[in-house]
Amino acid sequence: MALLTIHEPGQTPLPHEEERKLAVGIDLGTTNSVVAMSRAEKSEVLRNPDGGSAIVPSVVHYAADGTVTVGEAARDLIDSEASQVVSSVKRLMGRGLEDVKSVAGTLPYHVEIPETVAGSDAATAEPQMVRLNVGNRVLTPVEVSADILRALKARAEAALEQDVEQAVITVPAYFDDAARTATKDAAKLAGIEVLRLVNEPTAAALAYGLDNGAEGLYAVYDLGGGTFDISLLKMQKGVFQVKSTGGDAALGGDDFDHAIVEHILAARKADGIDDTIDSSAAKRLLKVARAIKEALTERDQIDVAVDINDRETTHSITRTGFDAMIAKMVARTVSITEQVLDDADVLPEDVKGVVLVGGSTRVPAVRAAVASLFEQDPLSNIDPDEVVAVGAALQAEALTGGSDNLLLDVIPLSLGLETMGGIVEKVIDRNTPIPVAKGQEFTTYQDGQSAMMIHVVQGEREMVDQCRSLARFVLSGIPPMAAGAARIRVTFQVDADGLLTVSAREETTGTEQEVAVKPTYGINETDMANMLRDSMVNARGDMELRLLTEARVEARRNILAVQAAMKADAELLDADDEGAIAAAVTELETAMAGDDRQIINDLAEALDTASRPFAEKRMDRGIRRALAGQNVNSVGT
Amino acid sequence: MTAASKHTATTGNGNKICWSCKGPVDAVALFCDTCGAIQAPGQLDHFARFECARDFNVDIDAIEIQYLKQQQALHPDRFATKSAREKALSQQQAASLNEAFETLKNPVSRAEYMMRMNGVEPEGGEGQTVNDPALLMEAMEMREALDDAGDRAAIDTIIRDVRKMARDCEKEVATAINGGAYDAARKLTTRLRYLLKMAQEARAKKARLAAA
Ligand SMILES: Nc1ncnc2c1ncn2[C@@H]1O[C@H](COP(=O)(O)OP(=O)(O)OP(=O)(O)O)[C@@H](O)[C@H]1O
Ligand SMILES: [Mg+2]
Repeated sequence: MALLTIHEPGQTPLPHEEERKLAVGIDLGTTNSVVAMSRAEKSEVLRNPDGGSAIVPSVVHYAADGTVTVGEAARDLIDSEASQVVSSVKRLMGRGLEDVKSVAGTLPYHVEIPETVAGSDAATAEPQMVRLNVGNRVLTPVEVSADILRALKARAEAALEQDVEQAVITVPAYFDDAARTATKDAAKLAGIEVLRLVNEPTAAALAYGLDNGAEGLYAVYDLGGGTFDISLLKMQKGVFQVKSTGGDAALGGDDFDHAIVEHILAARKADGIDDTIDSSAAKRLLKVARAIKEALTERDQIDVAVDINDRETTHSITRTGFDAMIAKMVARTVSITEQVLDDADVLPEDVKGVVLVGGSTRVPAVRAAVASLFEQDPLSNIDPDEVVAVGAALQAEALTGGSDNLLLDVIPLSLGLETMGGIVEKVIDRNTPIPVAKGQEFTTYQDGQSAMMIHVVQGEREMVDQCRSLARFVLSGIPPMAAGAARIRVTFQVDADGLLTVSAREETTGTEQEVAVKPTYGINETDMANMLRDSMVNARGDMELRLLTEARVEARRNILAVQAAMKADAELLDADDEGAIAAAVTELETAMAGDDRQIINDLAEALDTASRPFAEKRMDRGIRRALAGQNVNSVGT
Repeated sequence: MTAASKHTATTGNGNKICWSCKGPVDAVALFCDTCGAIQAPGQLDHFARFECARDFNVDIDAIEIQYLKQQQALHPDRFATKSAREKALSQQQAASLNEAFETLKNPVSRAEYMMRMNGVEPEGGEGQTVNDPALLMEAMEMREALDDAGDRAAIDTIIRDVRKMARDCEKEVATAINGGAYDAARKLTTRLRYLLKMAQEARAKKARLAAA
């Protein structure tokens, strides 16, 4: 069948050389971030020009004079200036205050309690993203992430000696819509164009699979600093297809650290010491706990002295003791993994290999649990710290036309709408391949009802208040009808980044609403505009440049399309048309060399006009031939 | 089709105007065969899309190969450097390709789709209640058995039994649909949906037990 002939990848023209910018891959981790670059499927992680580690700790220090420091240097300041240092900010992306994990009642972040809008009832106020109090500034998690991204961008530019404006950024597969949106906003603030958000385990699979020529069903178990993801993928030449995914966006090495801190505090309490812990002390304690945990990977026992408010105690923590502290959490990852296997209707023995990703998979108890579930030793010939960034870089290359690898991913959590009685009506089930578009019909429940509240939620539970609220909007202007007569079609569209857009339409009258979705945990337009201004990113200039690039891409496509048609249907082209088209093409090409977007668009329009008579002749002949074809068919039958 | 010029190789769906080169293009073509531009999704049935016969017993592996091949060409990742319009079209194409594949992959949605193709509305859709007493009784008994199952072994037995019943039921659905017996097919499809849901609940309960 001719209708399914597919043109070869690579046959479509690549964007002009001048428009091809460098695109890097960024693993924006809870604890550590890495930036990498790939050319011809050879990727390398980027280090500072003077060498050193590829890992940039995701820690930011805000000095009183406004200086921002990211990485190793910022982490070293936790002991002396804890209140000016932010770490593990990824756990707060798109999160409300109620989600923030506390240490013995004290938050490791200096959280600003959002003031409720005057006159509004605190109980009914919509939740919003937390704000952090850092030194003398109040920052959103998005701004802190933007600072980390800026540092990574600077590192890449120094290493590559070239401007870097585009990136593939990875996110935990189990990140919900709010957290994904927050990540994209952070990139925007940092002046980075996000080519694609890619799920961390999927990126790891790409890097591992290409490197090892893996074929078949693989599991990627990713336990990092703040998040747990498990994805099941079918790998075959060039295609990486996620079958199912699961996880917990608030389970990682940080929680192991919390467990150790709580163990120490409990031991001190048993000794009659009643500590009052502020958030600076909490940050310092967590840093100590992390060192203990990491040391226990190599050793059986660690002795440590803890000094809080000048009361020192010593503690001896054994590997067995630590294993017991984290046993529940490890068991939780195992049961989530079983669920993911079930979702794909797969048995552990069907899995050809298990790829371990993330620093927390170094914990022996974690390794052992994974090995026993899959009854095989996990693959160990990969660097669990770098594999995600490398995968992101490979995907950045694929997206900019350098390779034909394809990632096919799914949505991690179901999407639905609130219906009567606070019950969730699912519209898109979890593990549905993306991109996806699905609609569902609803009706009014009151006579003459003219508006309908649409509340979008994400999660697996049946009741709205147990799921995460993503957005609310009102579809208004429904013409008066009897209850149940209106037919309101709500359409959910999830793009390849896993981001949702919702539209609603009343079908009997066609009332369509240009719906302004108000994201519950998002940053509104005004705040975003202010942040962009403050961040000294020239947003307007960026936008202008992007529109200019878009105009050039569009103009080039126009020229190529007309030239293809001239070649295919040369016999329909008379000298006048040909002359007019050639002149229009020349003018447009001249304009494209310049940087006036308006002129490019006008001349593209002119080319359109010049080629119209030719297009009409082609169309006429097409219709005649189709009719003739039908005649032949009907004669033949 | 006899006249073998590429312009006449239509499916009988007729032509539309290619948005890019403004020439004629087959109404269900994925790409314009003159200028190569991606097109908006046409009205193409899922079986035709994957070039297979309208038979309930599809070869899902063969379909998946077709699916991946088309996704290679249509997925938004292939259009990251293209114009906004091409990006939007590729998103629509990839979404409708996903929908086609997902519909055929799952036996219940495949059965319902085939019934609708033949003008038969399946029963027990959203909001509709099922009132087949035999099925209701069977469902109630299965639910009780699942509620009573207290350990993993008992649940495993249930999962195995339900799976076997689902497989048998699927065969009956196939016979009914391929034989045009849509009344029987409607009832059997409802039963199949129940059985698959029960298997899923049993697995969920097993996971909950394991986590506790
Ligand atoms: N040798 C080790 N033993 C135990 N834990 C370790 C070891 N090395 C690193 N970790 C832990 O791994 C975590 C960091 O892992 P990783 O760098 O993969 O996380 P991340 O990518 O920043 O986080 P996420 O992917 O969750 O956003 C930290 O909690 C760290 O303490
Ligand atoms: Mg990570």
